Amino acid sequence: MAGEVKMSSEVRAAWLFVGPGLAIIFLFFLLPIAAALLLSLTDFDLYAVADWHNLRLVGFDNYLHLLRDSLFWKAMRNTFYFVLVGGPLTVVVSLAAALMIQSRLTRFPGLFRTAFFAPAVTTLVAIATVWRYLYHPNFGLLNHALGWIGIAPIDWLGDTRWAMPAIILLSIWKNFGANMIILAAGLQSIPESLYEAARLEGAGWWRQLRHVTLPMLAPTFLFVAVMTCIGYFQLFAEPFVLTRQGEPLNSTLSVALLMYKEGFRFWHMGYAAAVAFVLFLVILAATTLQVRLARRGEA
Amino acid sequence: MRKALVSLGLHAALVAGAVLTLLPLVWMVMASLMPAGEASSVPPPFFPSHVTFEHYRELFVHLNIGRVFFNSALLAVSVTVLSVLLNAMAGYAFAKLRFPGRSRIFGFLLGALVLPSQVAILPLFLLMRQLGLISSYWGVILPGMATIFGIFLVRQYALSIPDELLDAARIDGASEVRIFAEIIMPLCRPILVTLAIFTFLGTWNDFFWPLVVLTDDSKYTLPVALANLFGEHVQDTELMMAGSVLTVMPVLLLFLLLQRHYVQGLLMGGLKE
Repeated sequence: MAGEVKMSSEVRAAWLFVGPGLAIIFLFFLLPIAAALLLSLTDFDLYAVADWHNLRLVGFDNYLHLLRDSLFWKAMRNTFYFVLVGGPLTVVVSLAAALMIQSRLTRFPGLFRTAFFAPAVTTLVAIATVWRYLYHPNFGLLNHALGWIGIAPIDWLGDTRWAMPAIILLSIWKNFGANMIILAAGLQSIPESLYEAARLEGAGWWRQLRHVTLPMLAPTFLFVAVMTCIGYFQLFAEPFVLTRQGEPLNSTLSVALLMYKEGFRFWHMGYAAAVAFVLFLVILAATTLQVRLARRGEA
Repeated sequence: MRKALVSLGLHAALVAGAVLTLLPLVWMVMASLMPAGEASSVPPPFFPSHVTFEHYRELFVHLNIGRVFFNSALLAVSVTVLSVLLNAMAGYAFAKLRFPGRSRIFGFLLGALVLPSQVAILPLFLLMRQLGLISSYWGVILPGMATIFGIFLVRQYALSIPDELLDAARIDGASEVRIFAEIIMPLCRPILVTLAIFTFLGTWNDFFWPLVVLTDDSKYTLPVALANLFGEHVQDTELMMAGSVLTVMPVLLLFLLLQRHYVQGLLMGGLKE
């Protein structure tokens, strides 16, 4: 009570202002993440959903089970395939688009920027529905267009070899625009004098790109790469809609989708929490690795 | 001469890119206007042989999409209004009010920015179940009411507000709440608009959490309803495209109208640190 009296009105107001927001974030974000770790150490299942007394601590059993679960490894492989192939492709397309938009030769850059960015604001579930029809082996526009250049129809979503590339193609389309905007702003902030100096030394387009643009863009590039990577590890709605929850033969089953199925379809919530936590550790490790590599590149 | 060739190649690439980017969206609209079954013919038509709105009528009359649309709009608006308010309050306090632990708490929040939200979903579901909020609007609204990103965005912006302005108001006897409502909110308007667009789009497009927490179909949002509809109507290409148009068009129009603000926000999230 005495403390409250001494509290200045500024401090009191501060707590009044940050209190509600912090409470929401703590209760509905930070606490659940911490609880995920605890949950992964239990055998929380359908019986525990019905009655908490059926809950038992099982230590690291879920994690041991996970390591022996071939479906988990398959989901992990699929997710890494998506991140390692789709991530770099997305970033490269974003960079190409940003370079084109920022080129001094480009007329109506605003128009192209809007067009390239439009997919980024659309609803993924609706878009995945659209693409499912575009990928149709007989009636899809994609195979039809490929037919013009003599490529035989591909069973995009029914063939285990093509389903993941199909998801990657959709993801590039959906995501390159947002990255492009950020990279374009990075390009804009590079001082023109650097290019002038390079031109005076006789550097052409390619050498300007390699020795001025890319090094100067490195911090922005790292940010885009890390954000893309974190987002791509959480692959969920694309295989949920586009390939009907991981088909064919689980070739597009992602770790997040496995967590959803285990947790909300079979109510293996303890096990699903272990899946989620491993995903968390993988994302953390990947992010750290990227930042470390970038630092070493600088030195 | 060389420059003209380079320019030609560049613009050819830009136009090709724009066509490829917009094609799926344009086809979606076209197919939604085709008579039933027309999209599934060989060769696949791009334009409808004649325009029909029967699929939209079907969605509203028989499939109750009006209700779903209302749910999506209600949730997106509620989350936007509430979270802009709470994030503005917290962001302002972190920027301009001195209180013990301020920098420590803020640093902690920044660190938590990289935590993937999917990890929270299972315990959050159990928590909502405990609170009896499964399949209630509050199940979606409550967790969306404040975000670390939003607080961060407002704080960065509010840092540039001069302290003298606030001190002068205090000397004039204005209460802290009045200072916030009458000085801070108007000054922060640009960033709050950006944050509002961001939040609206994010809530409208969100799928994973609404899918989990809204188990009753009277509470479905558009993405959840669409994914469900897809299970039963996968053969009805034109109907599904009409549903997709209804889902995508509101956010696409909002983006086209408020593009400048949205892009600004993206850059602040991307470039400040």
